[in-house]
Amino acid sequence: MTDASMDNVPVKGSLTTVDARTKKRNAAEKRFKAYGLVAIMIGLFFLVVLAVSILRSGLPAFTQAEVRVEFTLTQAQFDEAESQMLKTKAYENFFIAALQSQLEERGLDVSFDPAAIERLLGKTGSTIREYFRENPDQIGTPVTFNLAASSRVDGYFKGRVSRDTVVDSRFLEVTDLDLVDALADAGIIITAFNWNFITGSDSGVDNPGGAGIGVSVIGSFFMMLVVLALSLPIGVAASIYLEEFAPQNWFTDLIEVNISNLAAVPSIVFGILGLAVFIQFMHLPQSAPLVGGLVLTLMTLPTIIISTRASLKSVPPSIREAALGVGASKMQTVFHHVLPLAAPGILTGTIIGLAQALGETAPLLLIGMVGFIARAYPEGVVSGFIDPNSAMPAQIYTWAARADAGFYEKAWGGIIILLIFLLTMNIIAIILRRRFERRW
Amino acid sequence: MSVKLSVSALAIAAVSATAAAARDNVQVAGSSTVLPYASIVAEAFGDNTDFPTPVVESGGSSSGLKRFCEGVGENTIDVANASRAIRESEVAVCAENGVTDIIEVRIGYDGIVFASQQSGPAFTAFEPADIFNAIGAKVLKDGAIVDNTHTTWSEFNADFPDAEIAMFIPGTKHGTREVFEEKVLLIGCEATGAMEAMIAGGMSEDDAEDACLDVRQDGKSVDIDGDYTETLARIDANTNGIGVFGLAFYENNTDKLKVATMSGVEPTTATIASGEYPVSRPLFFYVKKAHIGVIPGLKEYAQFFISDDLAGPSGPLANYGLVSDPELAKTQQMVADEKVMGADM
Repeated sequence: MTDASMDNVPVKGSLTTVDARTKKRNAAEKRFKAYGLVAIMIGLFFLVVLAVSILRSGLPAFTQAEVRVEFTLTQAQFDEAESQMLKTKAYENFFIAALQSQLEERGLDVSFDPAAIERLLGKTGSTIREYFRENPDQIGTPVTFNLAASSRVDGYFKGRVSRDTVVDSRFLEVTDLDLVDALADAGIIITAFNWNFITGSDSGVDNPGGAGIGVSVIGSFFMMLVVLALSLPIGVAASIYLEEFAPQNWFTDLIEVNISNLAAVPSIVFGILGLAVFIQFMHLPQSAPLVGGLVLTLMTLPTIIISTRASLKSVPPSIREAALGVGASKMQTVFHHVLPLAAPGILTGTIIGLAQALGETAPLLLIGMVGFIARAYPEGVVSGFIDPNSAMPAQIYTWAARADAGFYEKAWGGIIILLIFLLTMNIIAIILRRRFERRW
Repeated sequence: MSVKLSVSALAIAAVSATAAAARDNVQVAGSSTVLPYASIVAEAFGDNTDFPTPVVESGGSSSGLKRFCEGVGENTIDVANASRAIRESEVAVCAENGVTDIIEVRIGYDGIVFASQQSGPAFTAFEPADIFNAIGAKVLKDGAIVDNTHTTWSEFNADFPDAEIAMFIPGTKHGTREVFEEKVLLIGCEATGAMEAMIAGGMSEDDAEDACLDVRQDGKSVDIDGDYTETLARIDANTNGIGVFGLAFYENNTDKLKVATMSGVEPTTATIASGEYPVSRPLFFYVKKAHIGVIPGLKEYAQFFISDDLAGPSGPLANYGLVSDPELAKTQQMVADEKVMGADM
């Protein structure tokens, strides 16, 4: 009996020697750490691949091959051009003629004709017309213009078009490249920073050099104003009521469930709703940032309500009890004590909700904000809300669908600008949280 | 808080104020084939006149015409672009919703080309019969109508490379699909004798025609509902892929695509204008007459679009790939007179 009971006593391992079981457990832990590390590495790898490919495809959009030429427009030419229907074309022809005579004076040793010069230039007419209409006193004096070269020439400088792949077409002939090289040597074609890409508006499909994202940034800005002005007060009021005042019953439970469900509704659904309610029923203008903002407000509200309620919940009950204890009313408790403490969390949630709304394209498809919308800058606040405009992600989407490779490059460039905005917003959210958040 | 509340009160005020404000720009939607041309015109229209630049949306001929027919009023579009003529049924829907006076404007012609990867197998010459044999749902094989089981091109035509069938054709909401069905599938169906065999097998002529237009559903033929860029991406990813493109799109991407002849004719603006190249279709836009005089610049936009300077043989539209309409002058007169569809000519 004693022998048998001795056998049943487990052999106690020494703490200094590692037995098989401990080894196994340690190995499992090591493996798990390795899996985690691998997972992070894979994530990082894709992030780097994404960042590199975005930068590589998008950075060329920020430079542009330009033709720098001194050009004099006579009053007679101005009058003649303004009398025609297609005025921009007339200006373009004057410009081409002027450029040709300048090149002849310089005595370039490559042969060229007006058609070749036309192929090298982008759409120059509207820039020239606008300039002389705004500065009529400059008519008759030489003005130096920096005008976008054509998309193919631009591509040639950026390596998108090479002598090996270029095929003679209406757009560019192989022999034109000799002229391009000669002009580049002469300093007439230069590569410069493309300010127009940052400040300009969309352009027709045959004019990639004239396309810019600036006006759609303004469109996005006005949409975000609407989203902020509507969703912050509504969202915060709804959360405060639900969290601090509402009785717990089946009705508030139902509302809670619905808010969580709304947060998961695909954004395109809000677009359909916006089309039916805001445009067809309320007769608000199509393609207007105001309607875009309203639709995105619907989309952002649940996000803001959920994050606001979370930050209200994280304020310890002792704060409320203390306030009530010294005689504050329920409302004073909430507005003087709870809300200020929850504010950093609310703001963070709002900024993240806004960032989400900023990158949203799908709901805009249905309310007419995706397409060719090349308006000038809005003339004022009201015009900014109701005049047709695009938004950054919608503009990127439109460019990506165009035939000319120049637009594809611009789409990537637009992604870089959108990412800069998103990163800035997220960094502001992080700073707010770090500075003002209180932990208990 | 009070600041925020007043801001939101302002926004609500803005909402109610704009409901009454008039729209000052022309609103266009429809075919993605017409979109590039319309965007060129819209930009030039904004640059050359004192009217604001029109807004041009895409989405396909059918969806554009659907929105066009939703009714009359500022919250509906003024112009629908289409890569096919409006259907009787659509005219009926329009009339039901009060859109009765429609001006049909033909802007020119567009070719539909078949192109494959530049470095892919040698797909350089097609006949409609080849396309039908490749993607028709039921084809004629050894004298009988059978389900299409062809997996490679060389299976039914020894002239073709031994490459897997992978075609990317426009989806049903595109106007291009209709032309593709009519001018390629149907002709091919007749040419292979499949149609005759179907009728001999007891089908009525209409049923046989419908059966000819059925496309196989086993993944050898893929409907592309997006733009040509999507088709291009598919071709880029698939060496054997053959895509259906508009001529202008192909001409912008000659470094990536090689085009095939159809019935021995190479697609160029010249062969399309002369009618030699068989797969081409007219492009249209439709104007709501009730909006002329209400929406500023609408008639001017229509006239500007089809002016010789733009839609003529040496205008920017032709330069981008539109095949100019020889009867442009007639269309110009029609728009000037605001002649609606169905009215006596």
